[in-house]
Amino acid sequence: MTAPILHLQGLSKAFGALTVTDGVDLTLMPGECHALIGPNGAGKTTLMQQITGLLAPDAGRILFAGEDITALGPAARAQRGLGRSFQITAVIPGLSVLENAALAVQAKSGSSFRFWRAASAERALNEAAMAVLAPLGLAERAQVQAGSLSHGERRLLELAVALATRPRALMLDEPMAGLGHAEGRALVERLAEIAREVPLLLVEHDMDAVFALAHRVSLLDRGRIIASGAPEAVRADPAARAAYLGEEA
Amino acid sequence: MTGASLPAVEAPRLTAHDRLDWTIGAVLLVLLAALPWSGADAYITGLAMKAMILAIAAISLDLLIGQAGLVSLGHAAFIALGAYVTGIALEEGLYDATAILALVIVISALFALITGAISLRTSGVYFIMITLAFGQMLFFATASLSQYGGDDGLTLWSTSELFGTSLLQDEISLFLIILATLALTWIALARLSKSRFGRVLNAARQAPVRVETLGFEVFRYRLAAYTIAGMIAGIAGFLLAHQAEFVSPAAGAWQRSGDLIMMVLIGGIGTRSGALLGAIVFVALEEGLSLVLHEWRLIFGPLLVLLVLFARGGLMAALSRLAGARD
Repeated sequence: MTAPILHLQGLSKAFGALTVTDGVDLTLMPGECHALIGPNGAGKTTLMQQITGLLAPDAGRILFAGEDITALGPAARAQRGLGRSFQITAVIPGLSVLENAALAVQAKSGSSFRFWRAASAERALNEAAMAVLAPLGLAERAQVQAGSLSHGERRLLELAVALATRPRALMLDEPMAGLGHAEGRALVERLAEIAREVPLLLVEHDMDAVFALAHRVSLLDRGRIIASGAPEAVRADPAARAAYLGEEA
Repeated sequence: MTGASLPAVEAPRLTAHDRLDWTIGAVLLVLLAALPWSGADAYITGLAMKAMILAIAAISLDLLIGQAGLVSLGHAAFIALGAYVTGIALEEGLYDATAILALVIVISALFALITGAISLRTSGVYFIMITLAFGQMLFFATASLSQYGGDDGLTLWSTSELFGTSLLQDEISLFLIILATLALTWIALARLSKSRFGRVLNAARQAPVRVETLGFEVFRYRLAAYTIAGMIAGIAGFLLAHQAEFVSPAAGAWQRSGDLIMMVLIGGIGTRSGALLGAIVFVALEEGLSLVLHEWRLIFGPLLVLLVLFARGGLMAALSRLAGARD
């Protein structure tokens, strides 16, 4: 029995009278792609914010690689290997594609309290950055300002940046959002490759992507996990169909 | 090499923007260096020294505004702090310039660390207000130093000794020392902007949450920048005390902090040369207009409005358009 890399225990969060996370227990196992699905407003992004430390839960614990990280801030969690991509693309517009990735590499290679030497002249940073950009097809765009990329390219860069921190587990918040059909299919292939190396917690609306990638699916509804299991089992679950999947079918 | 299959990483290029920054900086510094030998009188070299001292402070303020995205309305407090530490040290019989300078740097850094640690818990307009509040605190503290002149300020009857010489008393050598400090500040902060530290700082200005979730504690980087900027402005105060041979609370008045912001805006945010150019133009306008009109700000105000309306990005952006250099 292996230990989960990420373990949420009884996580709860309320904004006033509105309970957005209601006693959530969730695990992410090594080698696993675990998809978190649910209707709009189910509390998926709020849960993601609590996992990455941008929101503090009211109750419950978050364990990462066996360590209680509930009280840690986002930077400390990232330093421990909890990577994250954002639902709304959060690349740094004024930096080039290469610099965006190199900045992420910098986070995990030595101190960044270095004031004199040009960061762009550090070969090790640039090479590590290219190593995550190239497989995603961004090598040719390395010198372009991130702000002038197309939406699809930004989503890829977002993913490259998350990977460049060399995470031990990766939280992906709707990586497919706003992508065209072909772009989306290409991204699913990339994600499948990534999933072989890094455990993924995937929040996604695109059911084709979820069923193509996930080993396990959990359905969140009004802050509670109402079904969890193999994708086929969740698909067949009547409660799940009523809450969410039924609307889609 | 495992990287053999990867496309080669292009050598870092100096953007047109950077080239313009370095060119204007070099031209201005050379022109300033030539001034003492151009037959300019003491009035002009005195003004130039004042402009260079303000430029040092403005360049350090641009580290906060242009790179960290932190608009401080209390930056002149560090000039006053550096000036008062110098004045009080001389008054108390400490004449060794290097010892005074060390004292100025340490005290400015401590003041920046303490006020920064509190101010940086806020952002936006609250940061502006809280830095203003700390600046005002120091202003009234200096004004209440009755044994050191109080409101009227403190005239320095004795000057410090640099390695046993009176270099800081001689106009020409003081001019060159100020110029060298300015050049050093310019270069150090230009390097910093391209360093690992500068990259984190600039990225955090644009997307703080993203940078935090990459694993950088943004607060620590901002506090370090705030401390560096404070130390440099403190050094400017040390030079001001030597140049004016007088220190007064006015050096740290909030209007002075506003002037520093204007210098950065006039020159163009995010470039060392912009802050330098802004300081020179500001001092020239202040001096020139006040010869014409006592209420010189009546003319200065509209000029500033025109600049903001028609030369977004300040003089550096205007020069960049003239040079046809866009990035």
